[in-house]
Amino acid sequence: MSSEAIVIEKLGKRYTIGAPQTRDTTLRETVMSFVTAPWQRFRHLAGDSSAATRFWALQDVSVRVDVGEVIGIVGPNGAGKSTLLKILSRITPPTTGFVDLTGRVSSLLEVGTGFHPELTGRENVFLNGAILGMYRAEIRRKFDAIVAFAELEKFIDTPVKHYSSGMFVRLAFSVAAHLDPEILIVDEVLSVGDLHFRNRCLGRMQDLRGEGRTVLFVSHDLTSVRQLCTRALLLNGGRVVDEGAPGDVTRRYEQQHHAHAAARTGAVDRAHPPRGYHLRRAELRNAGGAVTSRFDAGDMMEIHLWASGRAPENSYGVEFKLLNDDDEVISFGAANPVQKTYYQADDQHFVCRLGPLPLTEGAYAFSFSVGVWNTERWDSWSKAVGFTIERCDLFHTGHGIANVNDGDFVIHQQWLTGN
Amino acid sequence: MTLKAGDVRDDTEKMLVVPVSPARRTLRLEPPRAWQMLDLAELRDYRELLFFFVWRDVKVRYKQTVLGALWAVIQPLATTFFFSLLFGRFGGMSRQVPGPYALYVFVGMMPWTFFSNAVVLAANSLVGSSHLITKVYFPRILIPVAAIASSLVDFAISFFVLAIMMAIYGVAPTWRIVTLPLFVAGTIVAAAGSGVLFAAMIVTYRDVRHALTFVMQLWLFASPVLYTIDIIPPQYRLVYAINPLAGMISGFRTSVLGGRFPVDVILISTITTVVLAMVGIRYFLQVERRFADVI
Repeated sequence: MSSEAIVIEKLGKRYTIGAPQTRDTTLRETVMSFVTAPWQRFRHLAGDSSAATRFWALQDVSVRVDVGEVIGIVGPNGAGKSTLLKILSRITPPTTGFVDLTGRVSSLLEVGTGFHPELTGRENVFLNGAILGMYRAEIRRKFDAIVAFAELEKFIDTPVKHYSSGMFVRLAFSVAAHLDPEILIVDEVLSVGDLHFRNRCLGRMQDLRGEGRTVLFVSHDLTSVRQLCTRALLLNGGRVVDEGAPGDVTRRYEQQHHAHAAARTGAVDRAHPPRGYHLRRAELRNAGGAVTSRFDAGDMMEIHLWASGRAPENSYGVEFKLLNDDDEVISFGAANPVQKTYYQADDQHFVCRLGPLPLTEGAYAFSFSVGVWNTERWDSWSKAVGFTIERCDLFHTGHGIANVNDGDFVIHQQWLTGN
Repeated sequence: MTLKAGDVRDDTEKMLVVPVSPARRTLRLEPPRAWQMLDLAELRDYRELLFFFVWRDVKVRYKQTVLGALWAVIQPLATTFFFSLLFGRFGGMSRQVPGPYALYVFVGMMPWTFFSNAVVLAANSLVGSSHLITKVYFPRILIPVAAIASSLVDFAISFFVLAIMMAIYGVAPTWRIVTLPLFVAGTIVAAAGSGVLFAAMIVTYRDVRHALTFVMQLWLFASPVLYTIDIIPPQYRLVYAINPLAGMISGFRTSVLGGRFPVDVILISTITTVVLAMVGIRYFLQVERRFADVI
């Protein structure tokens, strides 16, 4: 039996984007454009487009997916991930190339598609099930299981508009979880809802993987791609630029991505500072006082921050949050109350000495904010400056510890025997 | 014994394990062909979804209303009352039609009310369902068709009112009543054709939405609802019949109230009805695959 579930061959998708607007300068031109604009808009809406207003969201994408593979698609915003999913879900047709799908396909671009607030939970289960491609008999057969899974037995005959958002998502997801596809196409459904919900989604995906279903899913959450997928694709600029084992692809993606995001020099001037008192420049310096973005675990670091304007009051503080490459806050520091350092209105330059850094190899970033502790926040500067830990070998073993697999921190440790 | 959330989950999900079916069908997704055909086999596969769309529309329409489905009765009755007062009593048109003018207008109002409600609902249905169109696949034509089908419920209810009115006025149907289904079907086809056409146009050109209100007003006066087609001068009669509703409404009325069928008008209207439906579906299929990109 042929084992290919999805064959994507030289797939391309071209969009026409909004025509550039020209500004009217004279009354005569304004009147003229009032008359001619409908015709131009008509030509635009009718799909007549010059080369300047066209762009390829997806170009020359060829992928073969075997039955039972779980493919994760990663890439920056605008890389073409959503376009690819929309083509695979038959929402929009390709401009070039083709896709062959072998097997029953279910596509979940969101949960709860078509839910109607006026209808009861029961009615919505049937409606949503039908929209997702289930037959009435099938829904009837699975109905009790769907309701039990959502834990909504008591409210199933209540209109959905009276549901809390958590109940709504539970019911919607429960219907989706009872689909029985051979090929499942999922867009970041996992990113909605609370942690409990996310874990259930991941659990369900793991089950599908165990059952030998083919899954293709797009995610910004590189951790779940690494956990769930058997293979990953990196899209960028509408093309597949990398492909392979999820761990390798996501690591290379992180390296490229953070090379752009984080300042390579370790010194950043704020691009669009807000009005009023604000932070305007950040520098990271090493023990020798040189500005850099490259550190090793165990190094000392100095953060230098400059502000502009005059602070609204005296006795305020500066804070930092340390983020890992999944944008999770992993640590926090503050001038006060942590260090009982209070700055005055005229102070413009703040310094924080940090270290030794207990971090594993990978990319990190600082977010800063300034204000009166627990009362006012005058300014915050998210992901202001990034840095990388190049080498983490605190115990001199000769082996590095990377944050991809081994967490963000190394805790000082001593190993003994207890007997 | 107490059940934790996790226990329930594990049990139910084990039940869902169904072996992958051996019968495999390959579906090819390609750039749209120049000449898209209506995929009847696919529509048959999706008939349950059509049913659910209709069921939802009907169910939602009268939720949180006090009078509920009574609105289906009030609308044609109220317009009939005002029109017969205005045109029949004050305008003197009641002398031009055989039998009671109010009944005459009501019988014309029935297919007209269905037609105009169905067309307006269908026309706005696609834009109103943009959240579905951008998230999940199904044949898009189901949406306007469901809007038309859900309007049939109100149409059916108005037949009860008709029976009561005929009893009050002492008018009995003749053998011609057997032709009624033909004209009902013709009105449905005309509504489907224009509804589908307008729906597809509104996705790209929202202007049509603004035009639709006054197009429907003009269409009412261009159709034999308030008057008999006999007031049309003979040299314009066949031009007048290009309006699909000219033949459908006058045929509908003749089959209910009796009289002579205007066969020439009905024939021409039937042809334009079929043409309208073909043009509507043709245009819809042509632009259908762009909907998600432009809606």
